[in-house]
Amino acid sequence: MEDIKMFENLALITLQHYWYAINALLGALLVFLLFVQGGQTLITRIGKSEVEKSMLINSLGRKWEFTFTTLVTFGGAFFASFPLFYSTSFGGAYWVWMIILFAFIVQAVSYEYRSKPNNFLGKKVFDGFLFANGLIAPIFLGTAVATFFTGSPFHINDLNQSFWDSPFRGLELALALNHYSTYINLSLGLGVFFLSRTLALLYFMNSIEDATILRRSRESLLKNAIPFVILFLFFLINILVRDGYAVNEQRVVSIESFKYFNNLIQMPVVFMMLVVGVFMVLFGILRAYLKHEYSGKGIWPTGIGTVLTVFSLFLMAGFNHTAYYPSTTDIQSSLTIYNSSSSHYTLTAMSYVSLMVPFVIAYIWYAWKAMNKKKIDAEEIENEHHIY
Amino acid sequence: MEQFDFTLIDWSRAQFALTALYHWLFVPLTLGITFIIAIMETIYVKTGNPEWKKITKFWMTLFGINFAIGVATGIILEFEFGTNWSNYSWFVGDIFGAPLAIEGIMAFFMESTFIAIMFFGWNKVSKGFHLTATWLTAIGSNLSALWILVANGWMQHPVGMTFNPDTARMEMMNFWEVLFNPNAINKFLHTIYSSYIVAAVFVVGISAWYLLKNREIALAKKSILVASLFGLIFSILTVGTGDESAREMANSQPMKFAAMEGLYYGTDHAPLIAAGVLKDDPIPENKDKKDFFFEIEIPSALSYMAFLDGDAFVPGIHDLVHGNEEQGIMSYYNKIERGKIAKQALTDFKIAKKENNQLAIEKLSAKFNDKEFLDNYFAYFGYSYFEDPHDIIPSVPFSFYSFHIMVMLGGHFLILFTVLLIFLYKEKLHQMRWLLWLTLWTMPLAYVASESGWIIAEMGRQPWVIQDLMPTMTAVSNIDSNSVIITFALFFITFTALLIAEIKIMLKQIHIGPNDGGH
Ligand code: HEM
Repeated sequence: MEDIKMFENLALITLQHYWYAINALLGALLVFLLFVQGGQTLITRIGKSEVEKSMLINSLGRKWEFTFTTLVTFGGAFFASFPLFYSTSFGGAYWVWMIILFAFIVQAVSYEYRSKPNNFLGKKVFDGFLFANGLIAPIFLGTAVATFFTGSPFHINDLNQSFWDSPFRGLELALALNHYSTYINLSLGLGVFFLSRTLALLYFMNSIEDATILRRSRESLLKNAIPFVILFLFFLINILVRDGYAVNEQRVVSIESFKYFNNLIQMPVVFMMLVVGVFMVLFGILRAYLKHEYSGKGIWPTGIGTVLTVFSLFLMAGFNHTAYYPSTTDIQSSLTIYNSSSSHYTLTAMSYVSLMVPFVIAYIWYAWKAMNKKKIDAEEIENEHHIY
Repeated sequence: MEQFDFTLIDWSRAQFALTALYHWLFVPLTLGITFIIAIMETIYVKTGNPEWKKITKFWMTLFGINFAIGVATGIILEFEFGTNWSNYSWFVGDIFGAPLAIEGIMAFFMESTFIAIMFFGWNKVSKGFHLTATWLTAIGSNLSALWILVANGWMQHPVGMTFNPDTARMEMMNFWEVLFNPNAINKFLHTIYSSYIVAAVFVVGISAWYLLKNREIALAKKSILVASLFGLIFSILTVGTGDESAREMANSQPMKFAAMEGLYYGTDHAPLIAAGVLKDDPIPENKDKKDFFFEIEIPSALSYMAFLDGDAFVPGIHDLVHGNEEQGIMSYYNKIERGKIAKQALTDFKIAKKENNQLAIEKLSAKFNDKEFLDNYFAYFGYSYFEDPHDIIPSVPFSFYSFHIMVMLGGHFLILFTVLLIFLYKEKLHQMRWLLWLTLWTMPLAYVASESGWIIAEMGRQPWVIQDLMPTMTAVSNIDSNSVIITFALFFITFTALLIAEIKIMLKQIHIGPNDGGH
């Protein structure tokens, strides 16, 4: 590390962009992995018999920890790279985050405990926890991401301590129906919810060997994909025509008309990613719906498309001199990648750590390839030692 | 003088204590039992004896039940720094955030990937691959502990950083100093070693119950053999690292050290209180008041423990508050004054910034880079928030009892593992019913010891969240106390319900035993 200086000589601005992009990528992966949550809201729709339900739950149960761990890592990475966002958003939108966290707390025990004898709360309650988690996590996380564009009420003092300017502690962002921006927030929240269900259906079609489940999943596909597309388009159009929060060289924040639209034009790569992403999402869904031989593979284009789309949304919100966490009550308190980041030294050290990410992805891939050689079927569920 | 909302501060602390203590009910077992399982599976793979596979799978089932609730209670701790301690999160995020992120990237993914193979891979991957996955699960979970303890070690003994008046926060200067902070290393080793004791006690406790019930004899004896050996080795290492922690504390947190020994007046040849009963929290000025009802002392041992020198002077609470010129100890009164000078410099800097007074900005910036100012004034920055030095003394009874309970139980475990091994070797264990009962009833004590360790570590350093730099009361989020009271209640109800579920499921599985395959 003394001799090879990969990151030390990079400008602070470069590191800030690098780390914002990493967080954006983690956020995008998280949205994709919310298929676990979407699936949890579909158990009784797709599974009618106990064996069917068990296959569904067990196929999700082997993946839930990835979603969970990605959320935790997303939080940790934001803390390390943009601590002012961490302190402002988590300490400010207290109730939003607490509700999200409770939804994940109860999820973490439910798979393991639901079918164990003598489990105190009963199977129904644990299944209820899974459903609640599946409902709350995508809607709240999606709504929270929308505030990267629509802003939140907070201000920051000269010691960089943050104060939330609403007694509803973040809940106003989803409940204040007299503000138009609330509808934009909710459209993304609900959009992510239907997306997570769509992804879950594609995941079931991919990983479970069962004709009934396959058929029911296909039948439900458009019922979830169409609301998703409508909500997402509503969100996207609104963002593109909306005023945005620009930051200049002196780090002064100002309102700019069509800011996010301009960002797309000025960052053609991001524009391309968005277009390709949206196209892949739709392609995977339609193909899986129309072509029977293909139905197991739809998760791949739709999944990758989801990651690309969400990634480009995050970049639209924070790159190209844009305040990524705007304040609606004190515009100069808005968070930008410049005023909210860790020091040059810390970002450099963390950048070395980030080199491990490809390695982590590689072993996850390798491990799951070994595990997924065979799809889940009824026989496996009956013979498995460790069953949910 | 700032206004502090003590209702908010107290409830925030209560919530953190509640969630941390709950989380810590499950972590030690995970840290230790994964290694015990890995050892058992290794024996299985080496010998090919299916009995060992059955044993491995049985403990794995119990581990799975514990792991789930450990994860559930853990997620909140990561986010609670932001939700409830947001001023803290900004002030030290530049240092504290990094270990947390590394923990996620390095350890959590490792743990969650390989745990899936460990549970579901028996018939899917080769024996060797499976065994590797089991070991990697153990290593992964222990690595997660490393990073969070590095962060905790830094709070007890901040190193490798500097204060940036521009951003009003601490900034990292040297990652390696933070990582290899002696406090952090000791803390990590003491924590994982002591957690291995908890896991070993868990395994021998349940095995003893089987022997008492005359069931699963082979499983019980084999498990006791592995776990007692494991437990004995790490009991010895726990004493060693605990002793080292105490020395580290005597140097960097002398007030905590004095409180944990109930030492009001410093002396040379200070005796170690092996056991004692405190009188109610005496004030340090009251020289005549005796501080113990009774005590058992080991002469000069405390001086030796603190400085490896039986003659050394160990400062007491009184010496720290009022200073002791003879011993070169600065009083808290003096530290408060110096802290206020440092704070004034920061205030002046902020005013100069607002008025865009370049001259003043330059002068004050230079001050914050001046070693003399940093060492003699800024080092006491946190003291500026106090008026009365008596507010800077931790609770003596809490510190004293938790420390002594931990140490005494440490001795008990060490002897227990030794005795179990002796009788196992003599093939008399099965008949020693009193010993088996004792082993069973030691299970809760292991948890008491482990939680006591955290009580001394965290209560003993109050009122600091970051030693000498940031008092706990300035670290909280700027929120209303009602929100925190409500979340406290919700955590209490949720975690308690989950704990009851966990214990009931666990007891049932133990009842069912290994034969049923753990459904
Ligand atoms: C037998 C001799 C022991 C000694 C001398 C000892 C010493 C210490 C000391 C001085 C601390 C405080 C460190 C700090 O505040 O920075 C500590 C903390 C702790 N101890 Fe012990 N201990 C012993 C046994 C045990 C046992 C048997 C357990 C549990 C089974 C245990 C678990 C812990 C834990 C979990 C902590 C908190 C983490 C930490 O600060 O290291 N200790 N111990």
